[in-house]
Amino acid sequence: MLEIRWHSRAGQGAVTGAKGLADVISTTGKHVQAFAFYGSAKRGAAMTAYNRVDDKVIMNHEKFMAPDYVLVIDPALLYTTDVTINHKENTVYIITTHLDKEQLVASQPKLEGKEVYIVDCIKIAQETIGKPIPNTPMLGALMKISGMYEIDFFKDNMIRVLGKLPQKIIDANMIAIQRAYDEVK
Amino acid sequence: MAFDKMELKDIEVWDGNYAAAQAMRQCQIDVVAAYPITPSTPIVEGYGNFKANNYVEGEFVMVESEHAAMSGCIGAAAAGGRVATATSSQGFALMVETLYQASGMRLPIVLNVVNRALAAPLNVNGDHADMYLGRDSGWIQLDAYCPQDAYDLNFIAFKVSEDHDVRLPCMVHQDGFMTSHTAQGVHTLSDDVAYGFVGDFQPMNDMLDFEHPVTHGVQTEEDWHFEHKARQHNDLMTKVFPKIQAAFDDFEKLSGRKYNLVESYDMDDADVAVVCMGTSVETAREVASEMREKGVKAGVVGLRVIRPFPFFEIAEALKGAKAIATLDRSSPGGAPGMLFNEIAGCLFNTDDRALLSGFIYGLGGRDLTKKHLVEIFTQLQANVDAGKVTTSLQQFIGVRGPKLQFL
Repeated sequence: MLEIRWHSRAGQGAVTGAKGLADVISTTGKHVQAFAFYGSAKRGAAMTAYNRVDDKVIMNHEKFMAPDYVLVIDPALLYTTDVTINHKENTVYIITTHLDKEQLVASQPKLEGKEVYIVDCIKIAQETIGKPIPNTPMLGALMKISGMYEIDFFKDNMIRVLGKLPQKIIDANMIAIQRAYDEVK
Repeated sequence: MAFDKMELKDIEVWDGNYAAAQAMRQCQIDVVAAYPITPSTPIVEGYGNFKANNYVEGEFVMVESEHAAMSGCIGAAAAGGRVATATSSQGFALMVETLYQASGMRLPIVLNVVNRALAAPLNVNGDHADMYLGRDSGWIQLDAYCPQDAYDLNFIAFKVSEDHDVRLPCMVHQDGFMTSHTAQGVHTLSDDVAYGFVGDFQPMNDMLDFEHPVTHGVQTEEDWHFEHKARQHNDLMTKVFPKIQAAFDDFEKLSGRKYNLVESYDMDDADVAVVCMGTSVETAREVASEMREKGVKAGVVGLRVIRPFPFFEIAEALKGAKAIATLDRSSPGGAPGMLFNEIAGCLFNTDDRALLSGFIYGLGGRDLTKKHLVEIFTQLQANVDAGKVTTSLQQFIGVRGPKLQFL
Protein backbone atom coordinates (compact mmCIF):
# COMPACT_ATOMS: atom_id res chain seq x y z
CA MET A 1 0.00 0.00 0.00
CA LEU A 2 1.34 3.39 -1.05
CA GLU A 3 -0.13 6.37 0.81
CA ILE A 4 0.14 10.05 -0.05
CA ARG A 5 -1.02 13.11 1.88
CA TRP A 6 -1.45 16.51 0.26
CA HIS A 7 -1.32 19.80 2.21
CA SER A 8 -3.09 22.54 0.33
CA ARG A 9 -5.40 25.50 0.58
CA ALA A 10 -8.95 25.03 -0.64
CA GLY A 11 -8.93 26.23 -4.26
CA GLN A 12 -5.33 25.26 -5.06
CA GLY A 13 -6.42 22.02 -6.67
CA ALA A 14 -5.24 19.32 -4.27
CA VAL A 15 -8.47 17.35 -4.72
CA THR A 16 -8.24 17.59 -8.50
CA GLY A 17 -4.58 16.64 -8.25
CA ALA A 18 -5.29 13.64 -6.04
CA LYS A 19 -8.15 12.47 -8.29
CA GLY A 20 -6.07 13.01 -11.43
CA LEU A 21 -3.23 10.99 -9.97
CA ALA A 22 -5.66 8.21 -9.01
CA ASP A 23 -7.09 8.23 -12.53
CA VAL A 24 -3.65 7.83 -14.13
CA ILE A 25 -2.57 5.09 -11.72
CA SER A 26 -5.87 3.22 -12.26
CA THR A 27 -5.11 2.82 -15.98
CA THR A 28 -2.10 0.66 -15.05
CA GLY A 29 -4.32 -1.90 -13.27
CA LYS A 30 -3.66 -0.81 -9.71
CA HIS A 31 -6.41 -0.01 -7.21
CA VAL A 32 -6.73 3.58 -6.08
CA GLN A 33 -8.51 5.81 -3.61
CA ALA A 34 -8.55 9.62 -3.53
CA PHE A 35 -10.31 11.68 -0.89
CA ALA A 36 -10.06 14.88 1.13
CA PHE A 37 -11.06 16.54 4.38
CA TYR A 38 -13.40 19.36 3.48
CA GLY A 39 -15.38 20.38 6.54
CA SER A 40 -17.09 23.60 5.56
CA ALA A 41 -13.77 24.87 4.19
CA LYS A 42 -13.74 28.19 2.40
CA ARG A 43 -11.32 29.09 -0.38
CA GLY A 44 -7.92 29.63 1.17
CA ALA A 45 -8.53 27.47 4.23
CA ALA A 46 -5.89 24.83 5.01
CA MET A 47 -6.99 21.37 3.93
CA THR A 48 -5.60 17.91 3.29
CA ALA A 49 -6.20 15.43 0.48
CA TYR A 50 -5.17 11.79 0.29
CA ASN A 51 -4.24 9.00 -2.11
CA ARG A 52 -4.04 5.29 -1.46
CA VAL A 53 -2.61 2.90 -4.07
CA ASP A 54 -2.47 -0.87 -3.80
CA ASP A 55 -2.32 -4.06 -5.85
CA LYS A 56 -5.52 -5.33 -4.24
CA VAL A 57 -8.93 -3.69 -3.71
CA ILE A 58 -8.66 -0.93 -1.10
CA MET A 59 -11.16 -1.53 1.69
CA ASN A 60 -9.70 0.76 4.32
CA HIS A 61 -11.90 3.85 4.63
CA GLU A 62 -10.31 5.36 7.73
CA LYS A 63 -9.19 8.95 7.34
CA PHE A 64 -6.13 8.32 9.49
CA MET A 65 -2.98 7.85 7.41
CA ALA A 66 0.75 7.46 8.04
CA PRO A 67 1.89 8.63 4.60
CA ASP A 68 4.79 7.47 2.43
CA TYR A 69 4.79 10.84 0.65
CA VAL A 70 3.76 14.27 1.91
CA LEU A 71 3.11 16.84 -0.83
CA VAL A 72 2.94 20.48 0.34
CA ILE A 73 1.63 22.73 -2.42
CA ASP A 74 1.33 25.98 -0.45
CA PRO A 75 4.59 27.29 1.06
CA ALA A 76 3.05 28.94 4.14
CA LEU A 77 1.31 25.77 5.35
CA LEU A 78 4.71 24.54 6.49
CA TYR A 79 4.48 27.05 9.35
CA THR A 80 0.76 27.05 10.18
CA THR A 81 0.06 23.30 10.10
CA ASP A 82 2.14 20.26 11.10
CA VAL A 83 3.01 18.63 7.79
CA THR A 84 4.97 15.91 9.65
CA ILE A 85 1.97 14.64 11.66
CA ASN A 86 1.61 10.81 11.73
CA HIS A 87 4.84 10.48 9.77
CA LYS A 88 6.78 7.27 9.25
CA GLU A 89 10.54 6.92 9.55
CA ASN A 90 10.93 6.96 5.79
CA THR A 91 8.23 9.50 4.85
CA VAL A 92 9.35 11.58 1.87
CA TYR A 93 8.44 15.29 1.69
CA ILE A 94 8.08 17.32 -1.49
CA ILE A 95 7.57 20.95 -0.57
CA THR A 96 6.70 24.00 -2.62
CA THR A 97 9.05 26.82 -1.64
CA HIS A 98 11.19 29.64 -2.99
CA LEU A 99 13.84 28.92 -0.33
CA ASP A 100 16.78 26.59 -0.78
CA LYS A 101 16.78 23.35 1.22
CA GLU A 102 19.02 24.59 4.06
CA GLN A 103 16.96 27.74 4.54
CA LEU A 104 13.77 25.69 4.44
CA VAL A 105 14.85 23.18 7.09
CA ALA A 106 16.24 26.01 9.24
CA SER A 107 12.89 27.80 9.01
CA GLN A 108 10.97 24.66 10.03
CA PRO A 109 13.11 22.49 12.37
CA LYS A 110 10.54 19.65 12.26
CA LEU A 111 11.97 18.81 8.83
CA GLU A 112 15.44 18.18 10.24
CA GLY A 113 16.68 14.69 9.44
CA LYS A 114 13.77 14.06 7.07
CA GLU A 115 14.02 13.23 3.36
CA VAL A 116 13.00 16.57 1.87
CA TYR A 117 12.79 17.67 -1.76
CA ILE A 118 11.95 21.17 -2.90
CA VAL A 119 10.35 22.68 -5.98
CA ASP A 120 8.65 26.04 -6.50
CA CYS A 121 5.28 24.88 -7.84
CA ILE A 122 3.67 28.29 -7.28
CA LYS A 123 6.26 30.08 -9.42
CA ILE A 124 6.14 27.36 -12.10
CA ALA A 125 2.34 27.54 -12.23
CA GLN A 126 2.35 31.34 -12.46
CA GLU A 127 4.91 31.33 -15.27
CA THR A 128 3.23 28.57 -17.30
CA ILE A 129 -0.48 28.37 -16.52
CA GLY A 130 -0.67 32.02 -15.50
CA LYS A 131 -2.34 31.25 -12.17
CA PRO A 132 -0.93 30.05 -8.82
CA ILE A 133 -2.53 26.58 -9.16
CA PRO A 134 0.32 24.34 -8.02
CA ASN A 135 -1.35 20.92 -8.26
CA THR A 136 -0.20 19.61 -11.65
CA PRO A 137 3.44 20.73 -11.24
CA MET A 138 3.55 18.88 -7.91
CA LEU A 139 2.56 15.71 -9.76
CA GLY A 140 5.52 16.23 -12.12
CA ALA A 141 7.81 16.51 -9.11
CA LEU A 142 6.27 13.39 -7.57
CA MET A 143 6.93 11.41 -10.76
CA LYS A 144 10.61 12.39 -10.59
CA ILE A 145 11.12 11.65 -6.89
CA SER A 146 9.00 8.47 -6.68
CA GLY A 147 10.01 7.08 -10.07
CA MET A 148 6.39 5.93 -10.29
CA TYR A 149 6.03 6.35 -14.07
CA GLU A 150 8.00 7.67 -17.03
CA ILE A 151 7.19 11.35 -17.37
CA ASP A 152 5.99 10.99 -20.98
CA PHE A 153 3.56 8.23 -20.02
CA PHE A 154 2.31 10.39 -17.16
CA LYS A 155 1.88 13.48 -19.32
CA ASP A 156 0.02 11.55 -22.02
CA ASN A 157 -2.43 10.34 -19.41
CA MET A 158 -2.81 13.77 -17.83
CA ILE A 159 -3.80 15.13 -21.24
CA ARG A 160 -6.73 12.70 -21.12
CA VAL A 161 -7.57 13.57 -17.48
CA LEU A 162 -7.59 17.30 -18.26
CA GLY A 163 -9.55 16.51 -21.45
CA LYS A 164 -12.33 19.09 -21.20
CA LEU A 165 -10.06 22.10 -20.59
CA PRO A 166 -9.09 24.43 -23.47
CA GLN A 167 -6.03 23.22 -25.42
CA LYS A 168 -3.99 26.26 -24.31
CA ILE A 169 -4.49 25.38 -20.65
CA ILE A 170 -3.65 21.71 -21.24
CA ASP A 171 -0.44 22.68 -23.06
CA ALA A 172 0.54 25.02 -20.23
CA ASN A 173 -0.08 22.26 -17.67
CA MET A 174 2.18 19.89 -19.61
CA ILE A 175 5.00 22.46 -19.57
CA ALA A 176 4.41 22.98 -15.83
CA ILE A 177 4.57 19.23 -15.13
CA GLN A 178 7.79 18.88 -17.14
CA ARG A 179 9.40 21.91 -15.48
CA ALA A 180 8.63 20.64 -11.96
CA TYR A 181 9.97 17.21 -12.99
CA ASP A 182 13.20 18.86 -14.15
CA GLU A 183 13.52 21.39 -11.32
CA VAL A 184 12.68 19.37 -8.19
CA LYS A 185 15.78 18.68 -6.08
CA MET B 1 -36.01 13.58 -29.07
CA ALA B 2 -32.63 11.95 -29.58
CA PHE B 3 -29.98 11.98 -26.92
CA ASP B 4 -26.30 11.01 -26.98
CA LYS B 5 -24.78 7.92 -25.47
CA MET B 6 -21.55 8.12 -23.50
CA GLU B 7 -18.47 5.98 -24.01
CA LEU B 8 -17.13 4.76 -20.68
CA LYS B 9 -13.89 2.99 -19.85
CA ASP B 10 -14.23 -0.47 -18.26
CA ILE B 11 -12.91 1.03 -15.04
CA GLU B 12 -13.56 4.70 -14.32
CA VAL B 13 -12.16 6.51 -11.28
CA TRP B 14 -15.35 7.97 -9.85
CA ASP B 15 -16.51 9.11 -6.45
CA GLY B 16 -19.80 7.77 -5.11
CA ASN B 17 -21.74 10.84 -6.17
CA TYR B 18 -20.60 10.69 -9.78
CA ALA B 19 -21.15 6.93 -9.85
CA ALA B 20 -24.77 7.50 -8.76
CA ALA B 21 -25.25 10.31 -11.31
CA GLN B 22 -23.91 8.08 -14.11
CA ALA B 23 -26.23 5.24 -13.09
CA MET B 24 -29.18 7.68 -13.11
CA ARG B 25 -28.18 8.82 -16.61
CA GLN B 26 -28.00 5.25 -17.85
CA CYS B 27 -31.46 4.41 -16.47
CA GLN B 28 -33.04 7.10 -18.72
CA ILE B 29 -35.21 8.70 -16.06
CA ASP B 30 -38.31 10.62 -17.13
CA VAL B 31 -38.34 13.17 -14.32
CA VAL B 32 -35.73 14.28 -11.78
CA ALA B 33 -37.00 16.98 -9.40
CA ALA B 34 -34.16 18.06 -7.15
CA TYR B 35 -32.88 20.60 -4.66
CA PRO B 36 -29.14 20.50 -3.88
CA ILE B 37 -27.65 19.88 -0.45
CA THR B 38 -24.16 18.87 0.71
CA PRO B 39 -22.84 16.19 0.30
CA SER B 40 -25.33 14.90 -2.31
CA THR B 41 -25.18 18.05 -4.48
CA PRO B 42 -22.76 16.60 -7.08
CA ILE B 43 -25.31 13.87 -7.93
CA VAL B 44 -27.91 16.31 -9.20
CA GLU B 45 -25.20 18.69 -10.43
CA GLY B 46 -23.68 15.86 -12.47
CA TYR B 47 -27.09 14.79 -13.70
CA GLY B 48 -27.96 18.37 -14.65
CA ASN B 49 -24.70 18.52 -16.56
CA PHE B 50 -25.66 15.38 -18.50
CA LYS B 51 -29.03 16.97 -19.24
CA ALA B 52 -27.43 20.20 -20.46
CA ASN B 53 -25.08 18.26 -22.73
CA ASN B 54 -27.84 16.15 -24.28
CA TYR B 55 -27.00 12.88 -22.56
CA VAL B 56 -30.42 12.84 -20.89
CA GLU B 57 -33.81 12.99 -22.54
CA GLY B 58 -36.04 13.39 -19.47
CA GLU B 59 -37.13 16.45 -17.53
CA PHE B 60 -35.03 18.09 -14.84
CA VAL B 61 -37.17 20.18 -12.51
CA MET B 62 -35.44 22.70 -10.26
CA VAL B 63 -37.62 23.22 -7.21
CA GLU B 64 -37.51 25.47 -4.15
CA SER B 65 -36.97 22.87 -1.42
CA GLU B 66 -36.54 19.18 -0.74
CA HIS B 67 -40.19 18.98 0.26
CA ALA B 68 -41.04 20.24 -3.21
CA ALA B 69 -38.45 17.93 -4.78
CA MET B 70 -40.09 14.81 -3.39
CA SER B 71 -43.56 16.27 -4.07
CA GLY B 72 -42.56 16.74 -7.72
CA CYS B 73 -41.26 13.17 -7.82
CA ILE B 74 -44.55 11.92 -6.35
CA GLY B 75 -46.58 13.80 -8.97
CA ALA B 76 -44.41 12.54 -11.80
CA ALA B 77 -44.46 8.96 -10.51
CA ALA B 78 -48.25 9.05 -10.19
CA ALA B 79 -48.46 10.46 -13.71
CA GLY B 80 -46.56 7.36 -14.81
CA GLY B 81 -42.82 7.82 -15.34
CA ARG B 82 -39.44 6.71 -14.12
CA VAL B 83 -38.48 9.11 -11.34
CA ALA B 84 -35.49 9.75 -9.08
CA THR B 85 -33.77 12.40 -6.97
CA ALA B 86 -31.05 12.77 -4.33
CA THR B 87 -30.68 14.44 -0.95
CA SER B 88 -28.92 14.44 2.44
CA SER B 89 -29.43 15.35 6.08
CA GLN B 90 -31.59 18.48 6.60
CA GLY B 91 -32.97 18.08 3.10
CA PHE B 92 -33.92 14.51 3.88
CA ALA B 93 -35.52 15.68 7.12
CA LEU B 94 -37.58 18.23 5.21
CA MET B 95 -38.63 15.47 2.82
CA VAL B 96 -39.89 13.16 5.55
CA GLU B 97 -43.55 14.11 5.29
CA THR B 98 -43.54 13.38 1.57
CA LEU B 99 -41.55 10.14 1.99
CA TYR B 100 -44.54 8.62 3.75
CA GLN B 101 -46.81 9.90 0.96
CA ALA B 102 -44.63 8.26 -1.69
CA SER B 103 -44.58 4.85 -0.04
CA GLY B 104 -48.24 4.96 1.02
CA MET B 105 -49.26 5.79 -2.55
CA ARG B 106 -47.10 2.85 -3.71
CA LEU B 107 -45.05 4.96 -6.12
CA PRO B 108 -41.72 3.68 -7.44
CA ILE B 109 -39.19 6.47 -6.84
CA VAL B 110 -35.44 6.08 -6.38
CA LEU B 111 -33.88 8.40 -3.81
CA ASN B 112 -30.10 8.57 -3.48
CA VAL B 113 -29.42 9.47 0.14
CA VAL B 114 -25.86 10.60 0.78
CA ASN B 115 -25.78 10.07 4.53
CA ARG B 116 -24.93 13.08 6.66
CA ALA B 117 -25.40 14.13 10.28
CA LEU B 118 -28.49 16.06 11.40
CA ALA B 119 -28.15 19.44 13.13
CA ALA B 120 -27.79 20.83 15.74
CA PRO B 121 -24.86 21.44 15.83
CA LEU B 122 -24.72 21.98 12.08
CA ASN B 123 -22.41 19.45 10.43
CA VAL B 124 -21.96 18.54 6.78
CA ASN B 125 -20.11 15.27 7.33
CA GLY B 126 -21.17 11.69 7.16
CA ASP B 127 -23.09 9.75 9.78
CA HIS B 128 -26.26 7.68 9.59
CA ALA B 129 -28.72 10.03 11.32
CA ASP B 130 -30.70 10.72 8.15
CA MET B 131 -30.69 7.04 7.13
CA TYR B 132 -32.09 6.10 10.54
CA LEU B 133 -34.72 8.84 10.28
CA GLY B 134 -36.12 7.12 7.19
CA ARG B 135 -36.35 3.61 8.54
CA ASP B 136 -40.07 3.57 9.40
CA SER B 137 -41.12 5.44 6.25
CA GLY B 138 -42.16 2.33 4.31
CA TRP B 139 -39.37 2.67 1.73
CA ILE B 140 -36.93 -0.01 0.69
CA GLN B 141 -33.44 0.97 1.88
CA LEU B 142 -30.27 -0.36 0.23
CA ASP B 143 -26.81 0.41 1.59
CA ALA B 144 -23.61 1.02 -0.43
CA TYR B 145 -20.18 0.56 1.12
CA CYS B 146 -18.12 2.14 -1.69
CA PRO B 147 -18.58 3.99 -5.02
CA GLN B 148 -18.94 0.70 -6.94
CA ASP B 149 -21.90 -0.27 -4.76
CA ALA B 150 -23.47 3.19 -5.16
CA TYR B 151 -23.37 2.69 -8.94
CA ASP B 152 -24.63 -0.90 -8.97
CA LEU B 153 -27.37 -0.50 -6.35
CA ASN B 154 -29.05 2.25 -8.37
CA PHE B 155 -29.84 -0.29 -11.08
CA ILE B 156 -31.11 -2.76 -8.48
CA ALA B 157 -33.24 0.01 -6.94
CA PHE B 158 -35.07 0.88 -10.18
CA LYS B 159 -35.56 -2.77 -11.06
CA VAL B 160 -37.10 -3.71 -7.70
CA SER B 161 -38.98 -0.49 -6.98
CA GLU B 162 -40.78 -0.46 -10.36
CA ASP B 163 -41.72 -4.15 -10.28
CA HIS B 164 -45.51 -4.34 -10.37
CA ASP B 165 -45.54 -6.78 -7.45
CA VAL B 166 -43.54 -4.29 -5.37
CA ARG B 167 -44.40 -0.69 -6.34
CA LEU B 168 -42.54 0.77 -3.37
CA PRO B 169 -40.01 3.60 -3.42
CA CYS B 170 -36.36 2.77 -2.76
CA MET B 171 -33.47 4.64 -1.16
CA VAL B 172 -29.86 3.97 -2.08
CA HIS B 173 -27.63 5.05 0.80
CA GLN B 174 -23.96 5.96 0.64
CA ASP B 175 -21.73 7.51 3.30
CA GLY B 176 -21.29 11.27 2.94
CA PHE B 177 -17.72 12.11 1.87
CA MET B 178 -16.34 8.66 2.81
CA THR B 179 -18.10 7.27 -0.28
CA SER B 180 -19.65 10.29 -1.96
CA HIS B 181 -16.40 12.27 -2.30
CA THR B 182 -13.93 9.38 -2.37
CA ALA B 183 -12.77 8.44 -5.86
CA GLN B 184 -12.13 4.77 -6.47
CA GLY B 185 -12.14 2.46 -9.44
CA VAL B 186 -15.69 1.69 -10.61
CA HIS B 187 -16.35 -1.11 -13.09
CA THR B 188 -18.89 0.30 -15.51
CA LEU B 189 -21.65 -1.13 -17.67
CA SER B 190 -22.14 0.20 -21.17
CA ASP B 191 -25.19 2.42 -21.65
CA ASP B 192 -27.06 -0.29 -23.58
CA VAL B 193 -26.27 -3.07 -21.10
CA ALA B 194 -27.21 -0.90 -18.12
CA TYR B 195 -30.49 0.19 -19.66
CA GLY B 196 -31.21 -3.34 -20.77
CA PHE B 197 -30.95 -4.46 -17.15
CA VAL B 198 -33.51 -2.00 -15.78
CA GLY B 199 -35.66 -2.15 -18.92
CA ASP B 200 -38.36 0.20 -20.17
CA PHE B 201 -40.57 1.76 -17.52
CA GLN B 202 -43.84 -0.14 -17.21
CA PRO B 203 -46.59 2.17 -16.00
CA MET B 204 -49.26 1.02 -13.53
CA ASN B 205 -52.33 3.03 -12.52
CA ASP B 206 -50.78 6.00 -14.29
CA MET B 207 -52.78 9.20 -14.19
CA LEU B 208 -51.88 10.02 -17.79
CA ASP B 209 -53.77 6.93 -18.96
CA PHE B 210 -57.01 8.77 -19.63
CA GLU B 211 -58.80 5.60 -20.78
CA HIS B 212 -58.51 4.24 -17.24
CA PRO B 213 -59.03 7.06 -14.76
CA VAL B 214 -57.56 6.48 -11.28
CA THR B 215 -57.36 8.40 -8.02
CA HIS B 216 -54.10 8.76 -6.11
CA GLY B 217 -53.60 10.14 -2.61
CA VAL B 218 -57.01 9.48 -1.14
CA GLN B 219 -58.21 9.90 2.42
CA THR B 220 -59.07 6.82 4.45
CA GLU B 221 -60.13 7.02 8.06
CA GLU B 222 -60.67 4.30 10.63
CA ASP B 223 -62.57 2.29 8.03
CA TRP B 224 -59.65 1.55 5.64
CA HIS B 225 -56.35 3.13 6.77
CA PHE B 226 -55.19 0.08 8.73
CA GLU B 227 -55.84 -2.26 5.79
CA HIS B 228 -53.77 -0.11 3.47
CA LYS B 229 -50.86 0.08 5.91
CA ALA B 230 -51.12 -3.65 6.63
CA ARG B 231 -51.00 -4.46 2.92
CA GLN B 232 -47.99 -2.21 2.45
CA HIS B 233 -46.19 -3.92 5.33
CA ASN B 234 -47.20 -7.33 4.02
CA ASP B 235 -45.64 -6.55 0.65
CA LEU B 236 -42.48 -5.23 2.30
CA MET B 237 -42.21 -8.39 4.39
CA THR B 238 -43.09 -10.98 1.74
CA LYS B 239 -42.59 -9.60 -1.77
CA VAL B 240 -39.51 -7.42 -1.65
CA PHE B 241 -36.78 -9.89 -0.63
CA PRO B 242 -37.47 -12.37 -3.47
CA LYS B 243 -37.41 -9.49 -5.98
CA ILE B 244 -34.18 -8.05 -4.58
CA GLN B 245 -32.61 -11.50 -4.61
CA ALA B 246 -33.72 -12.07 -8.21
CA ALA B 247 -32.31 -8.66 -9.20
CA PHE B 248 -29.02 -9.48 -7.42
CA ASP B 249 -28.87 -12.82 -9.26
CA ASP B 250 -29.54 -11.22 -12.65
CA PHE B 251 -27.03 -8.50 -11.92
CA GLU B 252 -24.36 -11.04 -11.02
CA LYS B 253 -24.91 -12.80 -14.34
CA LEU B 254 -24.55 -9.48 -16.12
CA SER B 255 -21.61 -7.97 -14.24
CA GLY B 256 -19.98 -10.75 -12.23
CA ARG B 257 -20.53 -8.69 -9.09
CA LYS B 258 -22.42 -10.52 -6.34
CA TYR B 259 -24.60 -8.79 -3.78
CA ASN B 260 -26.51 -10.41 -0.90
CA LEU B 261 -29.35 -9.30 1.37
CA VAL B 262 -26.86 -9.62 4.22
CA GLU B 263 -23.14 -9.56 3.47
CA SER B 264 -21.03 -11.96 5.56
CA TYR B 265 -17.26 -11.98 5.58
CA ASP B 266 -15.15 -14.62 7.33
CA MET B 267 -18.23 -15.70 9.30
CA ASP B 268 -18.11 -19.49 8.74
CA ASP B 269 -16.02 -20.19 11.84
CA ALA B 270 -16.07 -16.75 13.49
CA ASP B 271 -16.05 -16.51 17.28
CA VAL B 272 -16.34 -12.72 17.29
CA ALA B 273 -18.30 -10.57 14.84
CA VAL B 274 -18.96 -6.92 14.11
CA VAL B 275 -22.27 -5.83 12.54
CA CYS B 276 -22.22 -2.46 10.80
CA MET B 277 -23.17 -0.48 7.69
CA GLY B 278 -21.62 1.77 5.04
CA THR B 279 -17.88 2.22 4.57
CA SER B 280 -17.30 0.79 8.06
CA VAL B 281 -18.11 -2.69 6.70
CA GLU B 282 -15.09 -2.61 4.40
CA THR B 283 -12.70 -1.18 7.00
CA ALA B 284 -13.94 -3.81 9.48
CA ARG B 285 -13.33 -6.56 6.90
CA GLU B 286 -9.73 -5.48 6.56
CA VAL B 287 -9.28 -5.43 10.35
CA ALA B 288 -11.00 -8.82 10.73
CA SER B 289 -8.45 -10.34 8.32
CA GLU B 290 -5.64 -8.80 10.36
CA MET B 291 -7.17 -10.12 13.62
CA ARG B 292 -7.23 -13.61 12.13
CA GLU B 293 -3.48 -13.37 11.53
CA LYS B 294 -3.21 -12.74 15.29
CA GLY B 295 -5.30 -15.82 16.06
CA VAL B 296 -8.66 -14.13 16.72
CA LYS B 297 -11.42 -15.74 14.65
CA ALA B 298 -13.05 -12.49 13.56
CA GLY B 299 -15.83 -11.89 11.06
CA VAL B 300 -18.00 -9.07 9.76
CA VAL B 301 -21.68 -8.85 8.89
CA GLY B 302 -22.89 -5.91 6.82
CA LEU B 303 -26.48 -4.96 6.11
CA ARG B 304 -27.03 -4.56 2.36
CA VAL B 305 -30.78 -4.20 2.82
CA ILE B 306 -31.82 -2.15 5.85
CA ARG B 307 -35.55 -2.08 5.09
CA PRO B 308 -37.17 -4.48 4.88
CA PHE B 309 -35.04 -5.77 7.73
CA PRO B 310 -33.52 -9.19 6.89
CA PHE B 311 -34.45 -10.67 10.28
CA PHE B 312 -33.77 -14.37 9.68
CA GLU B 313 -30.90 -13.82 7.23
CA ILE B 314 -28.97 -11.84 9.85
CA ALA B 315 -29.60 -14.44 12.53
CA GLU B 316 -28.33 -17.05 10.07
CA ALA B 317 -25.24 -14.99 9.22
CA LEU B 318 -24.42 -14.62 12.92
CA LYS B 319 -25.03 -18.28 13.76
CA GLY B 320 -22.21 -19.68 15.85
CA ALA B 321 -20.66 -16.32 16.74
CA LYS B 322 -20.01 -16.18 20.48
CA ALA B 323 -19.60 -12.43 20.92
CA ILE B 324 -21.13 -9.78 18.64
CA ALA B 325 -20.70 -6.00 18.49
CA THR B 326 -23.22 -3.71 16.82
CA LEU B 327 -21.88 -0.42 15.46
CA ASP B 328 -24.40 2.41 15.27
CA ARG B 329 -23.33 5.63 13.50
CA SER B 330 -26.23 7.72 14.77
CA SER B 331 -26.93 9.39 18.09
CA PRO B 332 -29.14 6.84 19.84
CA GLY B 333 -31.27 9.50 21.55
CA GLY B 334 -31.74 7.73 24.85
CA ALA B 335 -31.88 4.14 23.53
CA PRO B 336 -29.30 1.38 23.03
CA GLY B 337 -28.99 2.05 19.28
CA MET B 338 -30.96 0.83 16.26
CA LEU B 339 -28.64 -2.00 15.25
CA PHE B 340 -28.27 -3.18 18.85
CA ASN B 341 -32.04 -3.39 19.23
CA GLU B 342 -32.68 -4.97 15.84
CA ILE B 343 -29.90 -7.53 16.17
CA ALA B 344 -30.98 -8.37 19.72
CA GLY B 345 -34.47 -8.90 18.36
CA CYS B 346 -33.43 -11.28 15.62
CA LEU B 347 -31.13 -13.29 17.92
CA PHE B 348 -33.41 -13.48 20.95
CA ASN B 349 -35.30 -16.62 19.95
CA THR B 350 -32.29 -18.47 18.57
CA ASP B 351 -30.44 -21.22 20.43
CA ASP B 352 -27.14 -19.34 20.26
CA ARG B 353 -26.81 -17.22 23.35
CA ALA B 354 -24.33 -14.80 21.84
CA LEU B 355 -22.89 -12.01 23.98
CA LEU B 356 -24.11 -8.76 22.44
CA SER B 357 -22.60 -5.33 23.02
CA GLY B 358 -23.23 -2.03 21.25
CA PHE B 359 -20.99 0.80 20.12
CA ILE B 360 -21.87 4.35 19.10
CA TYR B 361 -19.24 5.76 16.75
CA GLY B 362 -18.40 8.20 13.99
CA LEU B 363 -20.99 10.92 14.65
CA GLY B 364 -20.59 13.99 12.45
CA GLY B 365 -17.97 12.25 10.32
CA ARG B 366 -15.60 11.36 13.20
CA ASP B 367 -13.08 8.87 11.84
CA LEU B 368 -13.56 5.18 12.54
CA THR B 369 -9.94 4.03 12.61
CA LYS B 370 -8.58 0.54 12.24
CA LYS B 371 -7.27 0.96 15.78
CA HIS B 372 -10.84 1.41 17.08
CA LEU B 373 -11.88 -1.79 15.34
CA VAL B 374 -8.92 -3.71 16.77
CA GLU B 375 -10.06 -2.56 20.24
CA ILE B 376 -13.61 -3.75 19.55
CA PHE B 377 -12.54 -7.19 18.30
CA THR B 378 -10.15 -7.51 21.26
CA GLN B 379 -12.97 -6.68 23.69
CA LEU B 380 -15.22 -9.22 22.00
CA GLN B 381 -12.56 -11.92 22.38
CA ALA B 382 -12.25 -11.00 26.07
CA ASN B 383 -16.02 -11.44 26.38
CA VAL B 384 -15.77 -14.88 24.78
CA ASP B 385 -12.94 -15.85 27.15
CA ALA B 386 -14.87 -14.63 30.19
CA GLY B 387 -18.16 -16.15 29.05
CA LYS B 388 -19.96 -12.87 29.70
CA VAL B 389 -20.04 -9.26 28.55
CA THR B 390 -17.17 -7.68 30.48
CA THR B 391 -18.05 -4.08 29.58
CA SER B 392 -21.09 -1.84 29.62
CA LEU B 393 -23.60 -2.82 26.92
CA GLN B 394 -23.33 0.58 25.24
CA GLN B 395 -19.98 2.30 24.71
CA PHE B 396 -19.01 5.42 22.79
CA ILE B 397 -15.80 5.14 20.76
CA GLY B 398 -13.73 7.92 19.22
CA VAL B 399 -15.30 10.66 21.35
CA ARG B 400 -13.10 12.99 23.43
CA GLY B 401 -13.37 13.37 27.20
CA PRO B 402 -13.97 10.77 29.92
CA LYS B 403 -15.10 7.39 28.55
CA LEU B 404 -18.84 7.32 27.98
CA GLN B 405 -20.60 4.05 28.67
CA PHE B 406 -24.14 3.13 29.64
CA LEU B 407 -26.32 0.14 30.42
